[in-house]
Amino acid sequence: MLEPRADEILRVSDLHAFYGESHILHGIDLTVYRGEVVTLLGRNGSGRTTTLKAILGLVDRRTGYVSINGRPVISLPTYQIARIGVGYCPEERGIFASLTVEENLLLPPTLRSDGMSLAEIYEMFPNLWERRKSQGSKLSGGEQQMLAIARILRTGAYLLLLDEITEGLAPVIVQALGEVIRKLKDRGYTIVLVEQNFHFAAPLADRHYVIERGRVLDMIPHHELEKNRERLNALLSV
Amino acid sequence: MDPFIKSVLSQAMLGLNNGAFYALLSLGLAVIFGLLNIVNFAHGAFYMLGAFLALIGLTQFGGWIGMPELSIGFWWALLLSPLLVGLFGIVIERTMLKRLAGLDHLYGLLLTFGVALVLQGFFGNFYNMAGTPYPGIPPSLRGVVDLGFMYFPKYRLFALLFSLAVCFVTWYAIERTKLGALLRASTENPKLVEAFGVNVPLLVTLTYGFGCALAGLAGVMAAPIYSVSPLMGSEIIIVVFAVVVIGGMGSILGAIVTGLGLGLIEGVVKVLYPPAASLVVFVIMAIVLMVRPSGLFGRE
Ligand SMILES: Nc1ncnc2c1ncn2[C@@H]1O[C@H](COP(=O)(O)OP(=O)(O)OP(=O)(O)O)[C@@H](O)[C@H]1O
Ligand SMILES: [Mg+2]
Repeated sequence: MLEPRADEILRVSDLHAFYGESHILHGIDLTVYRGEVVTLLGRNGSGRTTTLKAILGLVDRRTGYVSINGRPVISLPTYQIARIGVGYCPEERGIFASLTVEENLLLPPTLRSDGMSLAEIYEMFPNLWERRKSQGSKLSGGEQQMLAIARILRTGAYLLLLDEITEGLAPVIVQALGEVIRKLKDRGYTIVLVEQNFHFAAPLADRHYVIERGRVLDMIPHHELEKNRERLNALLSV
Repeated sequence: MDPFIKSVLSQAMLGLNNGAFYALLSLGLAVIFGLLNIVNFAHGAFYMLGAFLALIGLTQFGGWIGMPELSIGFWWALLLSPLLVGLFGIVIERTMLKRLAGLDHLYGLLLTFGVALVLQGFFGNFYNMAGTPYPGIPPSLRGVVDLGFMYFPKYRLFALLFSLAVCFVTWYAIERTKLGALLRASTENPKLVEAFGVNVPLLVTLTYGFGCALAGLAGVMAAPIYSVSPLMGSEIIIVVFAVVVIGGMGSILGAIVTGLGLGLIEGVVKVLYPPAASLVVFVIMAIVLMVRPSGLFGRE
C-alpha cells in the first residue's frame, strides 16, 4: 500500500455496513484531506447517510477499514470515534426537544481546545442568539438546521460530517448555509457533505464522490465537473 | 380547632409522609425508564434491600465480623445502604440488563421481576415475613413535634423533609444542570449523544445505579416507620406503579408531584371513608387511564 499523505484526515476502504440482516454498503472507498470539502452524491437510498453512520459506528455492524487522522477506528465505540475530532450533523437534525437552544448548543462535550467560542458561533448564527432561551422543539426548520451545525463547531471537532443540510429549506436559507460552509472551509474545517442539491454543492466542494447501491461509482474533482456534467446528471437522475 | 379538621390534617400529614416515599420510588422509576426504557420491577426489592442493609448494619453486621459491639447506626446507614444498593444495581445493569438493550421492553421487565423474586426469596429465607422492627432511630429524632393541630413524630417529619429535599435536588440536577441536560438528551436520542463523544453506556449504568440508590434510600428511611420485612417492597411497589401510571411514565416532576399528591389523598380518604383508603389510588389510576392514557404529566 502507498504511504498515506500526511494531510489525510479520513480514509475509508472496503467499508461494508449492515442493518440487521440487510447488507447496505458493499465496499466504500474514499479519502478526504485536511481542509477539503467533499460531497457524497447519489440517488435516494444509495447509502450516503449509511456511509456517514458507518464511519461513526452508528450501524448495527460494519467491516473494512476506517481511519481518522491516521487512527484506525473500526473497532472503537462511537463515543471514542467522535472524541478524535468528528462532528456529526444528522439528516433528521436531531435537535433535542426537551432542551433549550443554548442547552442544545452547549451539549456536545469539548473534544479539543481549539473550537469556536460561543461568541463566534452566535456571530455566525445571529438568530440562534435571539432564540437562545427557546425550547428546541419551537424552532423553524432553518433554525434547527443552523443549530445542528452550530453545536458541533464549539467542540473542536475538525472533521464535520453533514447530512443533507439543505433538505426542505427555503432558497434564502440554503444560500445562507452555503455562506456558512464557505466560512467553515476558510477556518480550516474538513467537511464531508451529503447532498441531494447539486447546485448547492457544486460550487462549494473540491471533489465529489458518486455513491450508488452502497459503492463508490466515481470521484469527480471540481475542475472536471463541466466535462462530466452529462454523465453526472444521468447518474443522479431518478 | 374543630376535631374533624384536626383529624383530616393529621391524616394528611401521615399521608404526605407516605407520599414522600412514593415520590422517591417513582422518581427512581421515572429516571430509569426515561434512559433505559426499562420498567424496573426490581425497584421494590431494592427498597427492601436498603431497609435490610440498615437493619443488618445496626443489629447483626458487627457480630458477623466478630465485633459484636460494632453497630452501624442510622446516619451511616442513610449514607451506606443507598451506595451499596446503587452498586448492586450497577452490577445487575452491567452483567444482565445491558445485554437486553435494543430488545423489547418486556425482557427488561421480566429480568427485573426475576431479580425482585430472587431478592425477596433470599431475605424470606432468613427473616421473619411479618417484619422485624428497626430499633435505631437516632436520639435527636426521637419524640414528637407540636404542629399546632397534632403531635407529629419527629422522625416522620425528618423523613418527609429529607425525602422532599432529595426529590428537589434530583429534579434540579436533571432539569437545570449540564449533566441533567446530557441525561435528558440521552433520553431522547442516545445514539446521537454518543456521536457527540459522550460515553452514553456509562451514563446509562450510572443512571440505573442512581435510580436504585434512591429506592435504597427510601428503604432506609422507611425502616424505622414500618417494620423491615421481605415483603415490604412488593407491597409498596404496587401503589408506586399506580403512581407512575397516573403521573405519566418518564416525567420527573410528574413522579414527585403525583407521589406526594396521592399519599395526601390516601391520608385524607382514610378520615372520610376508611375502607376506601387503600383503593382510592387505583380508582384514580383507572380514571386517569380512561381520560388521559399517557398520564397527568406524560407527553402525549
Ligand atoms: N435503519 C435501517 N434499517 C434497514 N435498512 C435501512 C435503514 N436505514 C436505511 N436503510 C436502507 O439502506 C439503504 C441506504 O439508505 P441511506 O439512508 O444510506 O440512503 P441515502 O443515500 O442517505 O438516501 P436518502 O437519505 O436520500 O434516503 C436504503 O435502501 C434504506 O432503505
Ligand atoms: Mg440520507
